[in-house]
Amino acid sequence: MPDLLLELRSEEIPARMQRRAADDLRKLVTDALVERGFLYEGAKAFATPRRLALHIAGLPARGQDVREERKGPRVGAPEGAVQGFLKSAGLNSLDEATIVTDPKKGEFYVAVIERPGLPTLDVLAEILPQIIRSFPWPKSMRWGAASAKSGSLRWVRPLQSIVATFGPETETPDVVPFSIDGIEAGTTTYGHRFLSPGPIEVRRFDDYVQALERAHVVLDTDRRKDIILHDARDLAFARGLDLVEDEGLLEEVAGLVEWPVVLLGTFDEAFLEIPAEAVRATIRANQKCFVLRKSGSEELAPAFILTSNLVASDGGLAITAGNERVVRARLSDARFFFETDKAVKLEDRLPKLDSIVFHEKLGTQGERVKGLVSLARNVASHIGADLGLVEIATRLAKADLVTEMVGEFPELQGFMGRCYAELQGEDPSVSAAIEEHYKPVGPSDRVPIDLVSVAVALADKIDTLVGFWAIDEKPTGSKDPYALRRAALGVTRIIVERQLSLKLRSVLEDADFFLSEERVAAPAREENEYLSDLLSFFADRLKVYLRDQGARHDLIDAVFALPGQDDLLMVVRRVEALGQFLDTEDGKNLLAGYKRAANILRIEEKKDGRSYEAEPDRALIAQSGEPEERALSEALVTAREAASAAVAAEDFSGAMRALSTLRVPVDAFFEKVTVNSDDPRLRENRLYLLNALRAATREVADFSKIEG
Amino acid sequence: MSSAIDLAPRTSFQGLILTLQNFWAAQGCVILQPYDMEVGAGTFHPATTLRALGPKPWKAAYVQPSRRPKDGRYGENPNRLQHYYQFQVILKPNPPNLQELYLASLDAIGVDLELHDIRFVEDDWESPTLGAWGLGWECWCDGMEVSQFTYFQQVAGFECAPVAGELTYGLERLAMYVQGVENVYDLNFNGGEGDEKVSYGDVFLQAEQEYSRHNFEAADTAMLFRQFTDAEKACRSYLEAGAPASETERHLMAQPAYDQCIKASHVFNLLDARGVISVTERQSYILRVRELAKACGAAWLKTAGGGMAA
Repeated sequence: MPDLLLELRSEEIPARMQRRAADDLRKLVTDALVERGFLYEGAKAFATPRRLALHIAGLPARGQDVREERKGPRVGAPEGAVQGFLKSAGLNSLDEATIVTDPKKGEFYVAVIERPGLPTLDVLAEILPQIIRSFPWPKSMRWGAASAKSGSLRWVRPLQSIVATFGPETETPDVVPFSIDGIEAGTTTYGHRFLSPGPIEVRRFDDYVQALERAHVVLDTDRRKDIILHDARDLAFARGLDLVEDEGLLEEVAGLVEWPVVLLGTFDEAFLEIPAEAVRATIRANQKCFVLRKSGSEELAPAFILTSNLVASDGGLAITAGNERVVRARLSDARFFFETDKAVKLEDRLPKLDSIVFHEKLGTQGERVKGLVSLARNVASHIGADLGLVEIATRLAKADLVTEMVGEFPELQGFMGRCYAELQGEDPSVSAAIEEHYKPVGPSDRVPIDLVSVAVALADKIDTLVGFWAIDEKPTGSKDPYALRRAALGVTRIIVERQLSLKLRSVLEDADFFLSEERVAAPAREENEYLSDLLSFFADRLKVYLRDQGARHDLIDAVFALPGQDDLLMVVRRVEALGQFLDTEDGKNLLAGYKRAANILRIEEKKDGRSYEAEPDRALIAQSGEPEERALSEALVTAREAASAAVAAEDFSGAMRALSTLRVPVDAFFEKVTVNSDDPRLRENRLYLLNALRAATREVADFSKIEG
Repeated sequence: MSSAIDLAPRTSFQGLILTLQNFWAAQGCVILQPYDMEVGAGTFHPATTLRALGPKPWKAAYVQPSRRPKDGRYGENPNRLQHYYQFQVILKPNPPNLQELYLASLDAIGVDLELHDIRFVEDDWESPTLGAWGLGWECWCDGMEVSQFTYFQQVAGFECAPVAGELTYGLERLAMYVQGVENVYDLNFNGGEGDEKVSYGDVFLQAEQEYSRHNFEAADTAMLFRQFTDAEKACRSYLEAGAPASETERHLMAQPAYDQCIKASHVFNLLDARGVISVTERQSYILRVRELAKACGAAWLKTAGGGMAA
């Protein structure tokens, strides 16, 4: 079966866009083919800095023939109906239609329309230009003389040539006949800009890949990454060094070269006085180079790995020397920043925070820090952290935002603050908290341990969430520009993983209070419900978190259905205890009994058009009830009290144990007692009794949410 | 001719400039002289900002002294200057082989393309004060940014039709590279040796020291605030005075008005360096300059240079 080869060669495509563009190209072309009824065996797309390429294997040479029968009017129908039919079916006269006889309707006309399948080549010639014209680049541009007119082709950078061939392996493939803005699809491409500047003729995918390799282009990004990674490791190893691996950087670097040539450069050891992360950030951000460690050590080595795009005639000496010069200049700048920063104490930087706007409706970082200090002290008192240290750590937590180093490398926020705090002799807990209060940054990042860090981290995130909720800037759909989901998940993880018992609602109220003290009134706050809304946002994050941990979502729902669930740790413990209980025989039976009771109640309540949400009349039971009824009534009182007491003591297994005593009386009740007694008073009271069972289980969870 | 003078681009700063001028002259560019006003970048020269607008083809190249008051380092930093030279090339519409032309110009100034790793690294250019943006790259030579390469998409808030290609060479940096010098002040300026040699420091070190003092310590802020307002007013009044009476007439004073926009922009940069503009005010000053730039662009499009028929 024939294959398609498509190459769109352009000027340099931004590295960060390449992978996505290749995926989009594959998806758009294959979707368009499938939509037109063309199936294929396989499709793979590729990207280099100068080209997107697509190979679709196993396409049919032409589409399937389509035969369609279209029913027309009956024989002898008015002229108007006949003409309409002829027109819509594309017939010239009724002679071209057949007549079909139907026992009910009599004779009527049928048009048989046969459309032969279109040649795939023609379909491709129609599809490809459309896809190229509407390609979803994140940013695209116009260029050249054609851009004088509106509607000219847009591409990520000027598009230079198109290769598009289609045909079977054994024959010379056809060129897909199309052109866009004067660029004619053909069979000519170009290899590496410097190493193989001449034109290359290609026919199909296999010889295309080989021709490119000969012309110093490695088509596959993952292969380029592999080459860079292995060569970098080898070069490092030969010097007794280890590569500090960095997947993001590797992906980017692979998008900057068509023919990776890995080289090792060095710098003056004296630069290692600069904190390691700052050295790494300098070399990574500005030079897109990897740093190295001394083998078996955490210490950086005064060397770096660069990836060039050229097999240089001097073996790379000039390239290495040039990169070393730039790294030297950059590290000199970094050292200058570091020295300058060290000269000013973090404390003395605080006034400058007043000139940094946090958010236009939420004031400056300076104002924010003042509110944060009060909130962090409150949180600290709840979790038993040292108030004095928490206060100092919170005051200094944002001071590094106005250092030269963080100005240059925003990703070093926190880390640099910690370095400077250590240098000026702050308490180790304070220094650590300045860095760790940003943690956890993602679902896999570690959660701080030191209670000072924990307090500042919670306060920082909660203040952010309450602030943005107060001004009604909540995340919507895929939009979460202030990373509020991440902040809420961070709070959740800290509470659960550090086992902190915290009444979240009251902490949110504190945050709201300090917000009102320090900052302007915001629209959403007038409806006081915004904290409840934020609380349910936390509940959602906890659900996601627990589900990821393997908890049953119905158990989570069953616990969250109870009122006032704002202590996330207790929710987690309750869900755990409930899960364990339902794994036991007692649990399963009680659940079955509960379901039976709930069913009866539902049916009877519907039938009677009233609710049975009330306490049973225990005197009546004692006086005229069955023995099993009496037993259940008594057991319910005891079990409910015991469960309630256990819950109050946060002993959820104890609460479950208390409920498990109900199993025997519940089973006996259903076996021996008829709920729908002829005596309406007894019936009513038995329904109340079932309701008491429902109420007792609610001490631990809303069983109605539990599946099974 | 003195044998001590060598005008090869690898031996003198001015040799580099002369070579680039010759190269682009051979491509049909008009070789202009620097604009006679203080600007932050070569892009501000009306030969770029205004000529990028409208349908008329245009090719120009020129050196533009550029002032970045905040980058002053009192002559103590080997890489940073508050006054430096840009070599600017603008080709409208951009020719299809602009990248190849650029690489040939590097070759002409002595960057051996078989020895050096040249890369086009994504860098989208935007000038908030000019209401301009474009897509392109930083051009790297062995990891060092030596030029900016931009396809202008919009200038003064107007779509560029056709698109112009803009190349900006950072001359000092490039010269340091080809001369193999680590400190900008050590650059050989004139190509002379021994007594004949004039270094970049001989020409500019004192100026860097004096202007750093001026920019950070002495610039008269009261005067500058006045000048900003005056320039803004003047720009508006020239635009009004030159405005066409009807749709079919041309604007008569687009360029003098634009001079005042340039002036306002530079005064703002000085005020910014003096640290007297707060974060929030900063944005509003930028917006005010942009409004002037947009109005000047609109006026230019109603001139002969902007493509309006008589």
